[in-house]
Amino acid sequence: MDKLAVIKPDLPKLAVWKFASCDGCQLSLLDCEDELLAIPTIVQICYFPEATKTRIAGPYDISLVEGSISTEEDKTLIQEVRKQSKFLITIGACATAGGIQGLRNFANLEEYVKLVYARPEYIDSLATSTPISQHVQVDYELHGCPINKYQLLEVISSFARGKKPAISSSSTCTECKKKGNICVTVAYGTPCLGPVTHAGCGALCPAYKRGCYGCYGPKETANPLALTSWWEKELNAEDQTIKHLLRNFNCIAEEFQKASEHYE
Amino acid sequence: MSNNDNVKKLNVKSGMKSRTIQVDHLARVEGAGSVYIKTKDNKVEDVKLKIFEHPRFFEALLKGREMWEAPDITARICGICPVAYQMSSVHAMENALGVSIPDYLHQLRRLLYCGEWIESHTLHLYLLHAPDFLGFQDAIEMSKDHKEILQKGLQLKKAGNEIIHLLGGREIHPINVKIGGFYKLPAKAQFLELAEKLKTARDYAYETVKWVSAFDFPSLERPYECVALSHPDEYAMSVGRIASTSGLNIEIKDYDTHFEEHQVPYSTALQSIIKGRGSYLAGPMARYNINHKHLSKPVQETIKEIGFEPICRNPFRSIIVRAIEILYACDEALRIIAAYDWEKRPASVNVEKKKATGYGATEAPRGLLYHRYTLNEKGVIEHAKIVPPTSQNQKSIEEDLHDFVSQNMSMPDQELVWKCEQAIRNYDPCISCSAHFLKIVRIDD
Repeated sequence: MDKLAVIKPDLPKLAVWKFASCDGCQLSLLDCEDELLAIPTIVQICYFPEATKTRIAGPYDISLVEGSISTEEDKTLIQEVRKQSKFLITIGACATAGGIQGLRNFANLEEYVKLVYARPEYIDSLATSTPISQHVQVDYELHGCPINKYQLLEVISSFARGKKPAISSSSTCTECKKKGNICVTVAYGTPCLGPVTHAGCGALCPAYKRGCYGCYGPKETANPLALTSWWEKELNAEDQTIKHLLRNFNCIAEEFQKASEHYE
Repeated sequence: MSNNDNVKKLNVKSGMKSRTIQVDHLARVEGAGSVYIKTKDNKVEDVKLKIFEHPRFFEALLKGREMWEAPDITARICGICPVAYQMSSVHAMENALGVSIPDYLHQLRRLLYCGEWIESHTLHLYLLHAPDFLGFQDAIEMSKDHKEILQKGLQLKKAGNEIIHLLGGREIHPINVKIGGFYKLPAKAQFLELAEKLKTARDYAYETVKWVSAFDFPSLERPYECVALSHPDEYAMSVGRIASTSGLNIEIKDYDTHFEEHQVPYSTALQSIIKGRGSYLAGPMARYNINHKHLSKPVQETIKEIGFEPICRNPFRSIIVRAIEILYACDEALRIIAAYDWEKRPASVNVEKKKATGYGATEAPRGLLYHRYTLNEKGVIEHAKIVPPTSQNQKSIEEDLHDFVSQNMSMPDQELVWKCEQAIRNYDPCISCSAHFLKIVRIDD
């Protein structure tokens, strides 16, 4: 029944791995409705269990890793993925910054387990949810909760051709200005993380009259405290609101984590 | 289990009159899980659907967060059905706060849900489930023989995503949903552009119904108690009462009185049952069996045309029901867009924080999704409970497997494994939601 998988020697081999996540980032690949059937012309999909039963053994040229490390098994598996992969690329906020489940790092795991499960002894979980880069060397990090599917295609086709992906490292605020959106902070007094958040979403929230809540994580050299202390003075923003904005999908990203501790 | 040993193993020890069939990690489902089936003396002794998705503790991490954050945080439970989580959370919050939204906002929420039903059902039907019926490893392999229909399917999926994109801001984890309505309503011109694409999508949806109805279906009839939201005037999506085919008819707030969740040692997902009765079925088939009279007229005609039964109890035929719901969602989206004249109306109604408990249940693509929240006077979440559809269907999946294997003892191992995986995919199980896995062990002594 299993047809013999044919290895195509001239195409880079692609694998997709899942750790703790919502599956949204890897399924962004299946959301590329116009491009999906062309993907096998630039890479050979060797391991992608959520899309195919076909499994071709490593090593792989490109491994896309979704999800954070949250169990003992994860810690072992990620080492194996690293060994099997020429380029290891993390996709999404869970893999690059711990994900929303990283909130457990600020809490007591035992209490968390008890709140959800009647028989905590059946549950095997680490006390922390951590990004892939805390465990192995990562060759490229694609930000976002969720990632931008066009950026994912850019990353796959670039690594398949051995070039650096052309992805902006500027801020959401820069994207927003380019789009000509009305600034929600200036016009409505809404706290907006745009100035310290990595570009990638196309400044969606301000276009819908709401403040950025940091899905793409901190931009390079971000200084969130400079922004949030301005919110305190000028917008009378409450500590709790600021802490929560910094502590969601990218709560383990260093810049956001440090700034959030200021509002404990 | 690790992703690394996901290779399907087949060990047949026929000399010892015992057989072990093992599939470690079900492919083409959203998340990670396994199934264990043990047979002895030609009888099925045990079936366990094991889910070992990483626990992410959403109900715990919601504690202490502000009510406004619930739709954005709970969306992250599932990248396939984020709209469902947003809808159940806002309805539960509005129930707590005593807020009711005007009809045009209700219609727009339905429109957003139509987008998710089309997108999620099409993803499952074309990319995950159809390859089972046609004997392929995946959709890309299937495209060699079925390219034209698959391309249409992808365009249909895209049309669903475009609804979510326009009204929600983006397909995965939309940003425009809030308690009380939306942050901003799109312009009518944008909707009209979308309607043109949806008309083509509707044609593709009709072709999809015809295509899947001609598949070969394994025979299996199951005596399900079907559970779905039900509404006197519409094919229920986001409002109504919880009804069943065995006479249950309750308000959403009474869910916990009638249903309960159990923890089993082999799964990180809790299993739901109806108190005093046991397993039940949620999802497209349950909705169809309870609410089919509310489907649009053209959809009813298509159902007649293909000769589809009014009550479907063969889980393998759920792919037809999914196609019917896609067709209906196209019609419904077009109806709402045609009526759209609301861009100048307020995008949301005002809500005031208060200490209260609220209940919400809406129809996720995979079935009933229940949320309950207790808020303090500052609008901070003190307690959260979330019951996803795959938890509710776990027991039914196990029972389907039990009955299917019992009736097909003579089936060769490889074929049986294929069919068991297919039987699990009948549910479009969203294992990420329910907590992740597939392992089949059959021992004939």
